[in-house]
Amino acid sequence: MSRYSPARTGAAAWRRVLLRMLFTLALPAVLVTVWWVASDGSTNVYWPPLRTILKAFPDVWTAERLRTDVRPSVLRLLGGYATAAVVGVALGTVIGSHRRVRAVCEPVLEFLRAVPPPVLVPVIMLFAGIGDTMKVVVIASGCVWPVLLNTVEGVRAVDPVMAETARSYGITGVARLRDVVLPSASPQIFAGLRQALSIGIILMVISEMFAASNGLGFTIVQFQRGFAIPDMWTGILVLGLLGFVLSVLFRIVERRVLGWYHGLRASTRRSP
Amino acid sequence: MHPRLAVSGLRKVYEGSGRRVEAVRDLTFTVEAGELVCLVGPSGCGKTTLLKCMAGLLTPTSGEVLLEGRRVTGPPPDMAFVFQEYGRSLFPWMRVGENVELPLKQKRLPKGLRRELVADALRSVGLEDALSAYPWQLSGGMQQRVAIARALAYEPRVLLMDEPFAAVDAQTRADLEDLVRGLWRERGITILFVTHDIDEAVYLGERVVVLSASPTVVREQLTVDLPPERDQLHTRVAPRFAELRTRVYEQIQAAKRDTPVDRLTKSDAPPA
Repeated sequence: MSRYSPARTGAAAWRRVLLRMLFTLALPAVLVTVWWVASDGSTNVYWPPLRTILKAFPDVWTAERLRTDVRPSVLRLLGGYATAAVVGVALGTVIGSHRRVRAVCEPVLEFLRAVPPPVLVPVIMLFAGIGDTMKVVVIASGCVWPVLLNTVEGVRAVDPVMAETARSYGITGVARLRDVVLPSASPQIFAGLRQALSIGIILMVISEMFAASNGLGFTIVQFQRGFAIPDMWTGILVLGLLGFVLSVLFRIVERRVLGWYHGLRASTRRSP
Repeated sequence: MHPRLAVSGLRKVYEGSGRRVEAVRDLTFTVEAGELVCLVGPSGCGKTTLLKCMAGLLTPTSGEVLLEGRRVTGPPPDMAFVFQEYGRSLFPWMRVGENVELPLKQKRLPKGLRRELVADALRSVGLEDALSAYPWQLSGGMQQRVAIARALAYEPRVLLMDEPFAAVDAQTRADLEDLVRGLWRERGITILFVTHDIDEAVYLGERVVVLSASPTVVREQLTVDLPPERDQLHTRVAPRFAELRTRVYEQIQAAKRDTPVDRLTKSDAPPA
C-alpha cells in the first residue's frame, strides 16, 4: 500500500471496536431492562409486561407474516424513497444551478414544504386510488422536500475556485455535473436523504393505516382494533427494528460514498 | 509568426451597484514561446484580474488576448491555470491520480495515454507514489505539486500561475520555485508566473514585467540576465541578483507612491 494510508495495529483496532460496541449497546440494554422490570407486574391491558410481548413475538412475526406484511411495506418505502431521491436531486440540481429558476421556485417550495404530508393522504387517494401507487406517492411526496432543499443548497455552495478550475480545464456539461457539482453537493444531499428516511418510515405506516389490506401499519391497526394488545406492541417493536436496520444500512452507504468528506473534515480538524 | 501570448490594450472595469472600479487600465505585453515571464506588482494591482482575463475566465472590457494569434474568448483548451488556493482547486472527492486525469478525460484521450501522462506528470513533481492518496492526506506543498502535475499532464501551450506559492511556508516555497524552474528548463513550456514577491520574480523569471498600482498599466519590463542555472544558495547572493531586485523594488515603491496621472483628471474635484 502507499505510504499515505493510515496504519493501525491489530490489537488496538480490536479494542476500539469492542469499546464502540459496548457504548452502542449499553443504553438499549439499560432501557430494555427498565421496561422489563417496570412492566413486569403490570395488569393494565394496554401496558402488558414486556415478557408477554416478547413471548407473543415469534408467534406473530412468522415467516409468512414477514412475506405478506413486512415485505410489501418495505417495498413501498423503497419505491417512494427512491422516487423522492431521484426527483429531489434532479430538481434540486436544476433549481440550485440557475438563479432565475431559484427566484421563481423558492416561495412555492417553502409553501409546499410546510404542508404536512399526512394531510395529503386523502387528497392523493382521490387520484392515485387506494393501492400501492397511493402509498408510494404519499411516501415520495413527503420524502422529496428535505432531499430537494438540501440539494439546492449543496449545488449553490460549490466552491468558486473549484468551479473556475473546472471551467479552465474545459469541464462543462454532464462531466461538470457528474465530477464536480454533484460530488461537491453530496454531503448536503446525504443530510437530506437521512432526514427523508425517517419521514419515509412515518409515512409508510400512516399511508397503510388509511386504506390497505396488508403492511406493517395495517397490521398494527388491526391488532389494536381487535384488542390484541401484546401483538400490537410487537408490531411497534418491528417498526423500531426496521428503522434501526435501515439507518445502519444508510450509514454504511454514506460511509462508502462520503468517505472522502469525513477524511477531509478529520484532516482539517487536525491542522486548522 | 505570432507570439505565443499577446495582450494588447487590455482593460477591465468591474461594474456593480452603481460603483465602477477600473481594475486594469491598459496592458500590452507579449510572451514568446518557451519563455518564463514573471508578472510582479504591488498588492491589489489587478494581477489576478489580468490573469483571469488571459485564461478566458473573465471577459475584458476592451482590448484582447491572443493565444498564437487566436483571440481568447473562453477558456482555451491549450492553456492551464494553477491557482493560489491549491486546497480549493483540487477535488477532495478524487484521488490524486483522478484529479490529474480528469482534464485528460475531458480531452477524450485514450486510457493508455492518459495513464502515461498522469504517471509522467506525477513523476516530474516527485509524487509518483501519491497516485492513490487523497489530496487532503498531503501537505500544502504536495497539494500544490499535484495541481502543477495536473497542469503539466494537460500539456498546455501556456501555463498560467497565479501566486501559486503565496500560501506555503518559506522552505517549501524555495523547493517549489526550483521545481518550476526545473520543469521549465526540462520541458521548454511557456510559463507566465504572477507573484507579489520581488525576489521570487527575479529568481524565477527570464523576464520580469512590473505592473503599476491599480488601475494597472505596465510600468517596466526587464530582462533577467542571470545565468540559466540558478540555485537558492548562490543566485540569491549574486551581485547581479541584488541589482535586479533593487531595480524591481524601486519600481514597485514608485508605483505605490504614484497616483496615476489620469486618475486626477477623471475625478470630480475641480482643477486647482
